[in-house]
Amino acid sequence: MKAVELVEEKIETKKQMFLTGGQAVLEAFLEEGVDTIFGYPGGAIMPIYDALYDYNDRLKHILVRHEQGAIHAAQGFARVSGKTGVVFATSGPGATNLVTGLADAMIDSTPVVCITGQVFAHLLGTDAFQEIDVINITTPVTKWNFQVTDATEIPAVLAKAFYIAGSGRPGPVLIDITKNAQLQQFEYERYEKCNHIRSYRPKPIIRKKYIEAAAALINNATRPFVIFGQGVILGNAEKEFKAFIEKAGIPAAWTIMGMSAIPTNHPLGVGMLGMHGNYGPNVLTNECDVLIAVGMRFDDRVTGRLDKYAKQAKIIHLDIDPSEIDKNVKTNVPVWGDCKETLPMLTALVEQKNHTDWHQKFKDYQLKEDEKCIGPELNPTTDELTMGEVIKLLNELTNGEAVIVTDVGQHQMVACRYAKYNNSKSNITSGGLGTMGFALPTAIGAKFGAPSKTIIAIAGDGGIQMTIQELGTIMQFDVEIKILILNNQFLGMVRQWQQLFHEKRYSFVGITSPNFVQVAKGYYIEGQKVSEREKLKDALQTMLQHKGSYLLEVMVGKENNVFPMVPQGKGVSEIVLSKEEI
Amino acid sequence: MQKQEFTITVYTENQIGLLVRIAIIFSRRKINIDSLNTSPSEIDSVHRFTIVINETEDVVRKLCRQIEKQVEVLKTYYNNNDEIVWQELALYKVPTDIIAEEVKVERLLSQHGAKAVVIRKDYTVFEVAGHREETDNLIKVLEPYGLIEFVRSARIAIIKNSEGFHKKLKEFEYREPGEVATENEFLNQNEEVFSM
Ligand SMILES: Cc1ncc(C[n+]2csc(CCOP(=O)(O)OP(=O)(O)O)c2C)c(N)n1
Repeated sequence: MKAVELVEEKIETKKQMFLTGGQAVLEAFLEEGVDTIFGYPGGAIMPIYDALYDYNDRLKHILVRHEQGAIHAAQGFARVSGKTGVVFATSGPGATNLVTGLADAMIDSTPVVCITGQVFAHLLGTDAFQEIDVINITTPVTKWNFQVTDATEIPAVLAKAFYIAGSGRPGPVLIDITKNAQLQQFEYERYEKCNHIRSYRPKPIIRKKYIEAAAALINNATRPFVIFGQGVILGNAEKEFKAFIEKAGIPAAWTIMGMSAIPTNHPLGVGMLGMHGNYGPNVLTNECDVLIAVGMRFDDRVTGRLDKYAKQAKIIHLDIDPSEIDKNVKTNVPVWGDCKETLPMLTALVEQKNHTDWHQKFKDYQLKEDEKCIGPELNPTTDELTMGEVIKLLNELTNGEAVIVTDVGQHQMVACRYAKYNNSKSNITSGGLGTMGFALPTAIGAKFGAPSKTIIAIAGDGGIQMTIQELGTIMQFDVEIKILILNNQFLGMVRQWQQLFHEKRYSFVGITSPNFVQVAKGYYIEGQKVSEREKLKDALQTMLQHKGSYLLEVMVGKENNVFPMVPQGKGVSEIVLSKEEI
Repeated sequence: MQKQEFTITVYTENQIGLLVRIAIIFSRRKINIDSLNTSPSEIDSVHRFTIVINETEDVVRKLCRQIEKQVEVLKTYYNNNDEIVWQELALYKVPTDIIAEEVKVERLLSQHGAKAVVIRKDYTVFEVAGHREETDNLIKVLEPYGLIEFVRSARIAIIKNSEGFHKKLKEFEYREPGEVATENEFLNQNEEVFSM
């Protein structure tokens, strides 16, 4: 009797469940813990949007004003939260509008899953309305992409998409779903998360012999120097990283992508690397005896001329991506693996040291930089405001607790040079691609990823105009972000190069702006404009204390330059402190 | 480092679009692919790409790492010409009457190991398998006799000291791979990588 009952119960629970492809996409999102989608509808993705209508209670959808805004928002969401950002866009122009964001996410290793609608499968290749070969267009700018033409594939493909986007070295994934597959009803079994693909190795095996070799090099070094990138943040290895440098007593400098992994005032932090980085870290790269690179990829903006880069040093490179080892800089000891695992192994083997004399060298260079660059930038004696003094006041008012999202240009370099951070994932910037227009939409997404944080978007008068329509998104969804425009009436970074390297032939770098405060008002966003030093602090205070979004436009010196600078084609130790030295 | 001919062997999943993913790794760096062949491998579900390029070993090593990074690529090897056995197949179409008339042509063809595949009244198709120089030579030989059409296949190659992919594939299928599955031979070959 009992046995029969049991069988009946089993049959009961194995009730069939039918879903459309569109619903299956949303079920996958719920299973993956997605709660926010950034997107824009259109013909080829309508069945998914139709399904979304019934998931409104569980999934928040933010309607942006341009698909580039959607993917940047998803990047911002991912960068502050460590979770995967999610995007919807329609076929054709919707999909092509994603390309810049995909490229940005690819080069800066940001986990994003984009779903694009596609024309019916039977129309593929017929130049149907809004048909574009999105898979081939996005192949170079995605970690993985896939076209779904049958709804039954959706659960497994999305599981793979989330696994690939978020594991190993993260990156963007695009799934293109034909309209018939979105509409198709199929028997839904259940969602199974993916955690293994036989052809995909997210993490290389850690080899102990390399860890031992690295430790031996470090223990014998007298002038060891650590340089670190976003790998520390992506690997959630901030604590492990700190423990390592603190035990070994090694000065550490960050790339702009690694910035905020340790607090900017950490005693072992010696500043920023690269073209507009700090003086000491650049010069001393060419004086250290062991260079330990952690989760960074030796971008040319960091290394300057490669044949003049750290030639005297033994190089240890810790990276999760084997293809980064030896790509730009020849490594002596490759430490493959997730630095969350390799750093503690290394820490266990290194000796406690403090390298006092070596640290002093960084301090000496710091003094020179203070005198020539930092002092005049932060405490100017001129009438004109500098970008640096704005950032300095912002530091005072936020105490290093805000998340700063920058656009691209001089203000980006100044913000990265001078902003203070206490917490990881606080500096969000377009490092690899240098995408103007990044700040505003990315800041919107960042607010959804870190709702309790103050999010400040800092942009130039040029970049803000590239994605300014996202003020509409702020208006519609009551997003609270602070928009700080540093207006120098020029495409400043290009102007600086024209001044320094093209005999001041200012070719199309003067840019006029609308009345930004009025534009913001048009979107029901409060704002003001300041150009006097006496009013700056109050204005910043007002911006930060305002309930809701706020736009502050600060007029700064028109022809100020960012220094120090490693001129293009020069080695890192040829860094100059002023234009007279070029 | 000198440029030389390298043969890259890539074991992959059978996936639409993967050819583009692999091809753009070369085109993006403005590197010409001399020959490319895709085929099944010794394992049912696994595809094999054979790619020939003329580059320095340093460049080839980096390219291989970029290829291996692709999600659907299982493994990538590169070898110089001493480490492989390789062949290309060439087909030649010549007027049948000339071969029939000229005994010399007949002799030349057999000297070059050519085998008739099709013989019609108007033309005959010969095949030759061999290295580039060998198949090239026969073109020169046949040209005076009215070579109508010529085509040559991509290179296919067998790695001399390979144990095949069966054992490796098993490793890949484990969630926790052994060193065998993740090793990058081309990295290990490079003695300079690890020095103190
Ligand atoms: C989409 C895009 N187009 C062009 C550039 C080239 N570019 C880099 S910085 C810059 C000037 C930016 O000017 P602005 O936004 O006013 O900032 P500023 O440098 O003045 O702080 C330009 C045009 C770019 N990085 N991105």
